[in-house]
Amino acid sequence: MSTPPTNTPAALSIEAVRKVAKLARLSPTPEKAQRYQGQLSSILTYIDRLRSLDLKGVEPMASPLDATSNLGADRPGPTLPTSVLMDMAPQKHEPFIRVPKVLGDGGGA
Amino acid sequence: MSTIDPGAPILDTRERVTARKVSAAEMARAALDRAQALQKTLNAFVDLFPDQAMEQARAVDARIARGEPVGALAGVPVAIKDNMSLAYGRTTCCSRILENYRAPYTATAVQKLIDAGAIIVGKTTMDEFAMGSSGEHSCFGPTRNPWDLSRVPGGSSSGSTAAVAAGIVPASLGSDTGGSIRQPAGLCGIYGLKPTYGLVSRYGLVAFASSLDQIGPLTRTVDDLAAMLSVIMGHDDMDSTSATAHVDAMRDLHTPVDGLTLGVPRQARSTANTPGVAAALEAGIKTFRDLGARIIDIDLPHIDHGIAAYYIIAPAEASSNLARFDGVRYGRRAQLGPGEDLMALYCKSRSEGFGPEVQRRIMLGTHVLSSGYFDAYYLTALKVRRLIKNDYDAAFKQGCHAILMPSSPSPAFTLGSKTSDPLAMYLEDVYTVGVNLAGLPGLTMPGGFEKVTDNGRAAELPVGLQLVGPALGENTLLRIAAMFADRTTWHTRRPAI
Repeated sequence: MSTPPTNTPAALSIEAVRKVAKLARLSPTPEKAQRYQGQLSSILTYIDRLRSLDLKGVEPMASPLDATSNLGADRPGPTLPTSVLMDMAPQKHEPFIRVPKVLGDGGGA
Repeated sequence: MSTIDPGAPILDTRERVTARKVSAAEMARAALDRAQALQKTLNAFVDLFPDQAMEQARAVDARIARGEPVGALAGVPVAIKDNMSLAYGRTTCCSRILENYRAPYTATAVQKLIDAGAIIVGKTTMDEFAMGSSGEHSCFGPTRNPWDLSRVPGGSSSGSTAAVAAGIVPASLGSDTGGSIRQPAGLCGIYGLKPTYGLVSRYGLVAFASSLDQIGPLTRTVDDLAAMLSVIMGHDDMDSTSATAHVDAMRDLHTPVDGLTLGVPRQARSTANTPGVAAALEAGIKTFRDLGARIIDIDLPHIDHGIAAYYIIAPAEASSNLARFDGVRYGRRAQLGPGEDLMALYCKSRSEGFGPEVQRRIMLGTHVLSSGYFDAYYLTALKVRRLIKNDYDAAFKQGCHAILMPSSPSPAFTLGSKTSDPLAMYLEDVYTVGVNLAGLPGLTMPGGFEKVTDNGRAAELPVGLQLVGPALGENTLLRIAAMFADRTTWHTRRPAI
């Protein structure tokens, strides 16, 4: 069992906001990043009250369902036609969806 | 002026339509007209569907004319929240990123309404991706409270609630992840039910937080609430979390619960309640005592930790669920400059497409799940979730049929008064989020009114009371609400709109 790192400050630095924004694939303007820094810090400070609870031996609860999910039968059935899904693509080069170059220069990683 | 009341109770409308005293087409027309007439005032709808609604209505009328059987909602106009997929029109979640998105299929709960003969009048406004407690976080502008247009209707099912409260339709569907049906129902003086997790299929509901989301009905009467639940619930192979258990919502609806015992949490008599909310709770307790109920004090010691746990778990799930909106396969794609890469496509599309509250929650969720913070935040919150569930279980073990508490600590607040402080908005959900975390059913019913004055403007606003039951205890909650409705008149009052 892990314990919360006591040296983790609830408040976020502007660098931390930038890092989390990048992980979330968001690019806030400097002005917005500053606003998020204040708002997220106050929310995280509020959330910090959970650390006062004694949670030793408490089983985490990820879902209200104690049973596992119901799995569907593994048999072929009707699906949405490809054309319907392709019609939603914002940019395409049939039969492909067009995206910026992924590998090499300008890769997305 | 039309003499047809589109907001008339479901059973009345169904009876009149099947007896051919009024046609389904006339009902549809009346609802569409009222929706249109109030649109500028309330902004309850994203889109109305006059063509499809009239077509659905004519199909019902044709069946009746041929003497064929019709469903439980034959000729009844309904509205659905715009986060439920419908195979025609847009499904926007009131977000720029889905502003022109057209769902290729219909959500199970919505299809069940159509199959039961209901007429889908339109899609209703909401807080973007169901994140909010006021209806103000919508890319199509805020929804307004029919009782006082300077105030919010609550959220996130703001339009679905306002449409029912204003008598445009007798019933609508909302979704409830942390109180998004029950809190606005309280603020608009109507009934709202969040069913037990799994009772209503989530197939076709745009996911916000999958372990918390449930679709449920909003209505002006208990009978209509039960009728709607009966139609929309049921196992669905398309939702792996769909329950196989059954609830008989309509059973003995008007038979009082024998030996009724209600638990009132010590923590619900909070100093955070406004005087009107506190008075409504005490008056509600007295009404139930007069009905012969036993009232016991119970303890929900972790209720205050619910908000903190919720604002870890819900954003964590949201950050994962909303990762699919990346501008690649569907939804909004940003214009890229020369040489801009795939990363820029993701970041620009998402930053332009999501509103501030959604971006805040995505970042919060990403942070609490990120390396080094996962145990401190997410795992801790899951353990607190267990404690909250245990608190409710302990209360029911004491013999309570249900727990009685407010649906929110205050009545409707004025537009703009909480938008700059997200945390203040989150505290609005103190009485509702625990019910989602534990997966239990919760029902809001009209419980009183509070006189308030803001900026020299006086208003009398509805106050909601909430009943929380054990898993699959919907029938008992509905029967308790029916007992309360027989002794009170709050649910009969209508806004002057």
